This record gives sequence, structure tokens and C-alpha cells, in this order.
Amino acid sequence: MNTPTPGALARFQDAFAHALLAPEAAPAAEVAALTTQPAFAVYRNTVMKGCIDALQANYPAVARLVGEEWFRAAAAIHVREALPTDPTLLRYGEAFADFLARFGPAAELRYLSGVARLDRYWTEAHAAPTEDALDPAAVARLAPETLAGTVLRPHPAARWAWFDAAPIYTIWSRNRVDDAPGDPVDWQPEGALLVRPRDAVEWRALDAAGCAFLDACAAGGTLAEAAQAALEMQGGANLAKLMSTLLEVGAFSGMSRTDERARSRARNKSKKQ
Amino acid sequence: MTTVLTAGLGLKPQHYDAALGCRADGLWFEVHPENYMVAGGPRLAWLEAIRARHAISLHGVALSLAADAEPDPAHLARLAGLARRIEPALISEHLAWSTWRGAFHPDLLPFPRTDEALARVADNVFRTQDALQRRIAIENPSHYLHIGGHAWDEIDFLAELARRTGCGLLLDVNNVYVSARNLGYSADAYLDAFPGEPVMEVHLAGHTPDPNLGEALLVDTHDAPVAPEVWTLYERLIARIGARPTLIERDDKLPDFATLFAERQRAEAVLRTPLARAA
Repeated sequence: MNTPTPGALARFQDAFAHALLAPEAAPAAEVAALTTQPAFAVYRNTVMKGCIDALQANYPAVARLVGEEWFRAAAAIHVREALPTDPTLLRYGEAFADFLARFGPAAELRYLSGVARLDRYWTEAHAAPTEDALDPAAVARLAPETLAGTVLRPHPAARWAWFDAAPIYTIWSRNRVDDAPGDPVDWQPEGALLVRPRDAVEWRALDAAGCAFLDACAAGGTLAEAAQAALEMQGGANLAKLMSTLLEVGAFSGMSRTDERARSRARNKSKKQ
Repeated sequence: MTTVLTAGLGLKPQHYDAALGCRADGLWFEVHPENYMVAGGPRLAWLEAIRARHAISLHGVALSLAADAEPDPAHLARLAGLARRIEPALISEHLAWSTWRGAFHPDLLPFPRTDEALARVADNVFRTQDALQRRIAIENPSHYLHIGGHAWDEIDFLAELARRTGCGLLLDVNNVYVSARNLGYSADAYLDAFPGEPVMEVHLAGHTPDPNLGEALLVDTHDAPVAPEVWTLYERLIARIGARPTLIERDDKLPDFATLFAERQRAEAVLRTPLARAA
């Protein structure tokens, strides 16, 4: 039995992996006798198809907008730049929205990257930790004087974004379903909110004030601070309506009081000492 | 549940409801654990609902046991976490590599079966069984390429791997048929020489001729019914080694659940004779 020199397996795998994705390049000596066999294409095709299928499954609105042929050609270029790093292919395509933003052939389709971002948010919401949404009645029961110092924690599945250059939410939501209306799109800035209070991901439009409000909550701000952020973004924002909507759709999963937070910080500090 | 596992089916999301409602002695379902490595949400909820009624097998494709590297500890930890949650009846992986230097290639890639490779795979199987605290089964993959550097034939390699690590084997009869046709050896002779004792599970699936090369190259596509030749090999194998949990694998061009279940019933019928003899 021949004894291979140390590292032969690693050298084989380096050469094989390189030859899979670069069919034009001359193969390394370790795989030169393999890449000339027609069957080598089975591995090339399987790896490429697996990655492209995953991108198509994870970015359905983008695929529907540009058509399958265009999508798969663009996806093949992205795969060569960025193979999956995680075998859970549901998470593949983290960099796809950024790729589309700088992808020459998509320059005319400036909304494409934003649509990809919402496809990605859908996946993140779908796979996020399962938690009960905060009961709106629990917030309604708070005394008015404690409300301002209360901190609402966004639900782990909640995702939101404001797009100031294009009606990304309308374009995206119409391409997430099969029977979307075909009437003209108003070309205006838009925001989106995705939530998953139970099993299914749900979505709705969200204005700039709402996005600023949720950004402040996510940063740990009190309701007073979140309200301030919303009003700075949009002077006439209806904060009562905004808050009740966010609570009803399940955008939050917990709440705490600022004085409680301060006490808990003090407790942790004394424990460490 | 101490029911003997007989014939099982690969579980696809399109069939969740039918699978949930299906009742049959010894029925079980197999999934790729990678598809369920999520923090929460409906996927895990579906799997847990199925698990509440049926035995589950976790059939991994990403530990990359034949790569010249240890399995990714984060991935192994996620697999162990899922196994604690699902309490599967079986856990299996492949004699192949897929993740290399941080990149995941969604395929089961070949390698020269050398002493160096055997030592590495054995070490990786040890680590995996240690992390999971249980015996796993290793599957023979499909082969397409003539690789010059083999020092071990596949059966000896797998038997030695099982001897060194105590792991079991998963014998994929379709992979044997496809590989034998592609590389020009006898599938009957291969199966007759395969050690029966370590076999914990058997796989059956369909294959397709390569679109360019036709019958000269069969591809393990899992997109067709089990071929008649593979059924014949399977019946002969079971007559020799006895009943083993047997899976009908189907990943593409999915028919309705009843069609797949009919294939499952055929495998179950093959297992009935040795099971009756053993009872």
C-alpha cells in the first residue's frame, strides 16, 4: 500500500474545489486526470445548481421581477464570488442585495437591491426565534405616567426598513404573491414592516416615522425617546395610532421600565464586585 | 416507542400534512438536519409535530467528514442541539466532503481513499460520535470519476472505518448501482461483499441518465422512482443480511404522497419475510 506524503488530501481538495468553480483555468496536477473526464461536469453542475436553486428560493420576488433566465445568470456570477459559508442554505445570499446594487447589468433596475433586502428580511423573520408577541392590553394597563419611561423590545422576527428613493414595499409585496394587482405604482419613498407573531410571516407598509420609532426601540430607547425620534422624522406623525398598530401586528415581544433597567444594572454591578 | 423501524420516507415540506396524518406500523421519516438548523419558526414546529407521531432520522450532508479538517464546531453543535430536540432514531452522514476552507459546496465530493484519508475520516467520525454521544451511520456515495489514487477499495475502507470508530454504515443500493455502472464493476459482487453486520440503514432512490452522455453516465438525481434493477439488488441484499430500516429517498420531481407511499409499501413487503422469520 503506498503511503501518501502528508497533506496530499488537503492538496487534492484545494485543487478539486478550485476546478469546480473555474472551468476555464488550467487544472492543478492533483486533479488534471479528473477534470478531463466528462463526468467531472456532474460535480460542477450539482454544486452550481444547488447554490443557484437556493438563491432562487430565497429571493423569489427578485426572481419574479427579472425572470428566471436573467436571475439564474446573475446568481451564477454571485455564486462564483461568494459560495455559501453555512450549509443551512436558507441563510445563503446574505450578500446578494449588495451584489445586485453594484451589478452592472442591473444598473437600470435601481429598485432591485431593495427588493432583495425585503426578500432577505422575509427569510430572517421566517427563521427567527419563536416568541409570543407582547399583549397590547398589557401596555394599555400601564399608568400614563409610567408609559414615557417604558422600553418596548422589538419581536425577534420583526424587520423594518425605510427606502427613500423608490416604492420598494409595493414592488416587493406585489412580487411575493401570484395574483398581485397590475395597476401603476406611485413612484414615492416607502417603508416596510415584516412580523411573525405566530407561524406565518406577515407584512405591511410602514411610514418613515414608524421606522424611526422602531429603530429607537431596537436601540433600547424609552417610549419617550422613540416618540421623539418619530416626530423628528415626520412632524405630524400620529403616535397613538402608530403605537397601537405596531402592538396589534405583533412588532414587540417584551417590555421593561427604565428604572427597572437601572436597578438591574446596579444589581449586576454589585454581583461582579 | 419500541416499534421496529421498517420502511421510511424522505420528508418534504409539500407532504407535511399527509405525513402527519399517515399511520403505518414501522413507518419513519428522514430529513436533512441542515434544513432545520434555525432558531425557531414554522419549520421547527412542523418537524416537532411530525416527531410527536413518527420516528425521525437525521441524514446530514454537511459535516464534510472526508475533508482534511475537523468538522466545523459550530455546525456540529447545531446538529447536537437539533438531535437533543428531535431525539432521532438514527443519525447518518456521508463518506464524502462538502465544506472546505469555510466554503460549503452543496454536493458529496469524492477523494482518493488513502491511509491518510482513512485516518482523517476516522478521527472526524470519532469527534462527531463524541459530540452526539451516539453511534452514527456512514453512507457510500455515488461515484462518477475514475480516481487513480485509491489505496483502499470502498468496502474495505468502510469496514475498517466501522472497525476503528464503532460507527455503523448506511448502504445506499442505488448509489452502488449507479457507481457500478459508471465505473464498470459488478453491483451484485459489491453488495455480496459488503459487511452486513454494521449496516444500520439502507437507502433506495431513483437515478437518471446524464443529459449529454446518456446511459454511459447515470446521475444519482433522486428525481425518479426506484429502478427495477435496484429493487432486485435490494431484495437480494435483504435476503442475505436481514431486515434493516429502509428509506425511499426522493428530492426532486416530487409525486404525490400516495405514490411515494406505494414505493414505501413495496420496501416494507420485502422486509416482512426476514422480520417474520426473526420474530
